[in-house]
Amino acid sequence: METIYQLLHVTFANVPAWTVQVAAFLIPIAFIFGVYPAIFALTTLVERKALGRIQNRYGPNRVGIFGVLQPLADGLKILLKEDIVPRVADKFTHFLAPVLIVVPGLLVYLVVPVAPGMVAVDLKIGVLFALAVGTMSAIALFMAGWASRNKFSLLGAVRAVAQVVSYEVPTVMAGVAVIMAAGTLSTLTIVQRQGGGILNISNWYVFRPWGLVGFVLFVIGGLAESARCPFDLPEAESELIGGYHTEYSGFKFALFQMGEYLAGMAMAGVTVTLFLGGYMGPGSGPGLVGSLIAMLWFFSKLAGMIMLNIWIRGTWPRLRVDQLMGFAWKVLLPLALVNIVAVGFWHFLTPRPLAWVVTTGWLVIWFLVLTKCNASAILEKREYRYV
Amino acid sequence: MIAAPSTIPAGGAITTQLLEISIGPQHPSTHGVFRMDVVLDGEVVRALKPVVGYLHRNHEQLAEKMSWLGSMPYTDRLDYFNSMSNNWAYALAVEKLAGIKVPERAEYIRVIMAELSRLQNHASAIGFLLQDCGAWGTPLLYAFKEREKILDFFETVSGSRMMCNYFRFGGVRVDLNDEMLAMARKIVAEFPKFLDEFEKLMTTNEVVLARCQRVGILPKELAIAGSISGPVARASGVEYDIRKVDKYGVYGQLEFGVPVGAVGDVYDRYYIRVLEMRESVKILQQVLRDIPAGPVQAVEVKLRGFKIPAGDGYGRVEGAKGELGFYLVSEGGPKPYRYHIRPPSFINLTVLEDMCVGHKVADAIIILGSIDIVLGEVDR
Repeated sequence: METIYQLLHVTFANVPAWTVQVAAFLIPIAFIFGVYPAIFALTTLVERKALGRIQNRYGPNRVGIFGVLQPLADGLKILLKEDIVPRVADKFTHFLAPVLIVVPGLLVYLVVPVAPGMVAVDLKIGVLFALAVGTMSAIALFMAGWASRNKFSLLGAVRAVAQVVSYEVPTVMAGVAVIMAAGTLSTLTIVQRQGGGILNISNWYVFRPWGLVGFVLFVIGGLAESARCPFDLPEAESELIGGYHTEYSGFKFALFQMGEYLAGMAMAGVTVTLFLGGYMGPGSGPGLVGSLIAMLWFFSKLAGMIMLNIWIRGTWPRLRVDQLMGFAWKVLLPLALVNIVAVGFWHFLTPRPLAWVVTTGWLVIWFLVLTKCNASAILEKREYRYV
Repeated sequence: MIAAPSTIPAGGAITTQLLEISIGPQHPSTHGVFRMDVVLDGEVVRALKPVVGYLHRNHEQLAEKMSWLGSMPYTDRLDYFNSMSNNWAYALAVEKLAGIKVPERAEYIRVIMAELSRLQNHASAIGFLLQDCGAWGTPLLYAFKEREKILDFFETVSGSRMMCNYFRFGGVRVDLNDEMLAMARKIVAEFPKFLDEFEKLMTTNEVVLARCQRVGILPKELAIAGSISGPVARASGVEYDIRKVDKYGVYGQLEFGVPVGAVGDVYDRYYIRVLEMRESVKILQQVLRDIPAGPVQAVEVKLRGFKIPAGDGYGRVEGAKGELGFYLVSEGGPKPYRYHIRPPSFINLTVLEDMCVGHKVADAIIILGSIDIVLGEVDR
């Protein structure tokens, strides 16, 4: 906050101080309430287009040029839909759940820095806040499933809670590695630590052995936490119809979609902040131009992560519920714990090449051991006779 | 101290209730208006009862009130993915009953049509199976791209994409000209490329393997006892293919293998279909190479004046889903006295509970998908 204030103060030196103060408050808020929902709308369109291309078809192209107005049309249509509440539903909880699911998604953006100093609140416990708030969606999902009084919804809600809570553990552990390396929980400082080096790139945590492992763990955990494919078991269209949102229609349904996308994007934003250097990149730095370049870098990285999510969604089948749990507890969690030890090695082994060798070796050995121990899904060689 | 609720006995395990869910008749993955009454213990299926009849259309009774040829278009609507095979089974039964001989060119054309039906049916069956696994339509649409080409061919030949009504007693309705044959050859030449691509993407995908292997095992004994037929039976190791057993049409002269699995799980049922498609391509290559010239229709069968001597006959073909049979009883009149269908989808569905019990609810969905049912045929 202080830095936005300083930036504005320096840039617009002639205007009264109180205007600068108000602007410094309003800009981050405008960002969170304006930019991210706009990105959400754009993402729905991009997702449908990209999925279409993956599936040998065009995707929406009728509304506006290349279908750019499709999100608007979707929003209008869904607003005009009848809002149906089941007769036996717990009406208050049924109403509250879709609201509650959007809020945590938006709250995470409070601590995601988009440019030097451009963070709504530079909390000292920023990472902890982001991860804790992200998990709150489990409560909303369970409220939705429970209040609907529908067995499919209930099954979906039970799956949602089990999944979100389980995947929170390896995700946080993967985050712990970064916190240890950076020595702080503040997201802004974590990003600053990843600056410097060659072209502002070489110090990103993803270019460290433990950082790469943490990045992969965090992406998988983030997908599972925001219930995206291939971890979309809580909705599981082909099994549970719509899971927890089976009994929702109209704008409440849209809010569920929005909450899910915002949570997914928020996880992508946190991933970018923790591992991909946040706004760091060639040309980003203090000052107006540097800030704009930094912002460009941040949103490019965010878009890249969103595209990765879409790509995964278009190409992977869904896991089964017991395999999902097994994957979290038997593979991801041990690997995350091993990764924490790897950060310790990285920190204390003094000649850098030695640290590289030891951490990489340690992680590769454990990766092989864990794959060997959990080799249930390896292809059985099947013989087929011909008669 | 808070007293424990009555459902939790002190110091004992928590008693849980079974949950009864009706999956269907409106459900995205029941492949039509099919219902499964499932009793769940958490996520595990404890009992499953298939409920059929939502699409009952009085098919058999209608056919008994209609001329012999009049019910040919109705057979299209049985398994609407394979109208050509359905036509063939009915024509075969009537020809057996009336003693009609089919010209050789017509026999070759029939094989072309039946095998192309099998290709598009199996392609979409594995597409739907992976859709049920949660693959968001990508494999299904890859399969549908190939299916479109075959349906275009059917439309060129018979005038309709799915409701072909192409077979006649003693032959087929129209001859194939050179352009149509070239079209068929092109489809057959391109099909292996699709299969290779599809297999590369899906067959060794770890999630597919984890989801499909060792799930929904149908033992060989049960498959025989339940009179299961088609790819489902062959995946369980039953060496039974009516194309080999009866050698109807010109299948006796063709060289092809019948793939047989060993385990009988969902993965085997998936892969048997892939292998069968490869064999169908081989059959089509032979037939399209050797097709002779000549007439395609032995006798002109009139719609109303056609009568069949009294007696009964059973005609069956190896449809894409299994043994499709028509049992016909004639009193010598212009319409059948009794008209009965042996639908493979319906009979394969009878072992659904045996395959599903003990598995998760998500498995029940893919087991149903691996049987490959079409409700038009199940309910008739």
